[in-house]
Amino acid sequence: MKRAGRGLNEHGTLVTPPPHPSLASGGGSRLRLAASFGCLAYVMTCFAISAAEIPQNERRSSYADMARDSKAMQDDDTANPGMLSVLDGEALWKAKAGAVGKACADCHGDARASMKGVSARYPVFEPKLSRPINIEQRINLCRTEQQKASPFAFESKDMLALSAYVSLQSRGQPIAPPDDQRLAPFRETGRTLFNQRQGQLNLSCAQCHDDNWGKRLAANIIPQGHPNGYPLYRLEWQSVGSLQRRLRNCMIGMRAEAYEYGAPEYVAMELYLMWRARGMTVETPAVRP
Amino acid sequence: MARALINVPAKAKRGEIIAIKTLISHHMESGFRVGPMGVMIPRDIIETFVCTYNGEEIFRASLYQAIAANPFITFNTVAIASGTLEFKWTGDNGFSATESVNIIVE
Ligand code: HEC
Ligand code: HEC
Repeated sequence: MKRAGRGLNEHGTLVTPPPHPSLASGGGSRLRLAASFGCLAYVMTCFAISAAEIPQNERRSSYADMARDSKAMQDDDTANPGMLSVLDGEALWKAKAGAVGKACADCHGDARASMKGVSARYPVFEPKLSRPINIEQRINLCRTEQQKASPFAFESKDMLALSAYVSLQSRGQPIAPPDDQRLAPFRETGRTLFNQRQGQLNLSCAQCHDDNWGKRLAANIIPQGHPNGYPLYRLEWQSVGSLQRRLRNCMIGMRAEAYEYGAPEYVAMELYLMWRARGMTVETPAVRP
Repeated sequence: MARALINVPAKAKRGEIIAIKTLISHHMESGFRVGPMGVMIPRDIIETFVCTYNGEEIFRASLYQAIAANPFITFNTVAIASGTLEFKWTGDNGFSATESVNIIVE
């Protein structure tokens, strides 16, 4: 059962509208986007929609549709605010932590070599848990199992920093989901979630990202919805955020109930999104409007 | 500690106009937002940015609540002599950060 998403912020807590919505960073545009999601739902109930996967050669990163200024920001490592988080991540990589008193670097050495291409193939199947895990969950497994330290909270500054630093080492690499049969049923779950209608607006992810990409939703160009830049710096957020934060945003826009961070449904969606974007170039840390 | 990224050419010709780019991590909390339980989030911003070139002030900016998080400030100057460019950001709650870079002018 899906509850009303209206009045809930992206963390699922009830929000009181600020006295000046236009002054609250991000708040105004979130309301606008929720309203425009609603208009689209109306349009989509009036036309028959056929969900078809995007042909490989027509796939494009949201980067291609960004304004020149946003592209310049992503392209210049001294102008991309995501790189500030990467610097924090690099410091964490070298910092000893937990009861074991070892740093990530003590076991993995130079991240530029050991972490190259790693994020490009996540999520992977973790036999000890008998389920797939994403890169954040892998980092937390190393925290708890290898360092005997407390796990980082999802979306915390430290988790974003370390995952940005690890994922930077895949920048420029093609997304390469592993050919692992154990992942197949989970990826199928992700595909089903992507194609199923949900929320009060009765929309599916595919209706926007497969069928209507390139069109406008109010001021936004509907992107194909690829996971190739995460964690990334979003101007609306005024901060770095994970792929799951993005997925929560879209679910709240659809007025569906967002899952908890780390939920198996999100990992399944990540698996499907990575497979759907296979071969596309990793841009972490990307910039998005 | 606030992270900062500075982009200044390592070398320049005397009299050349050079671009200086600075980026610093700061959430620039405007003081106008309402947090959980309807309580106002107090203002916390960078108020002043100053750049000195071999000790002489060459650029100063005052920042206000409407400036986005992680302020990116870029400006030009004329390369006059080899030496040091120093950058200083100060703001609410005793915020202070300093960075410096060297430049060779031939
Ligand atoms: C005591 C040694 C040790 C420490 C410390 C450690 N790791 Fe690991 N890490 C491992 C081992 C062993 C593996 C192989 C997978 C497994 O069995 O967990 C691994 C796997 C990984 C992987 C997945 C690599 C792949 O190819 O899939 C990532 C990413 C990772 N670690 C990141 C980190 C980060 C970030 C830290 C610091 C927070 C860290 N590790 C700390 C030992 C360590
Ligand atoms: C009503 C249309 C709509 C629906 C339905 C929708 N999205 Fe989105 N999605 C957007 C828009 C518009 C953006 C661009 C960000 C923005 O401007 O808010 C976006 C962004 C994204 C991105 C980020 C792309 C990038 O380059 O960073 C991903 C991934 C994504 N959506 C996945 C999903 C998933 C998964 C679902 C279903 C749970 C979904 N979306 C449902 C409209 C939609």
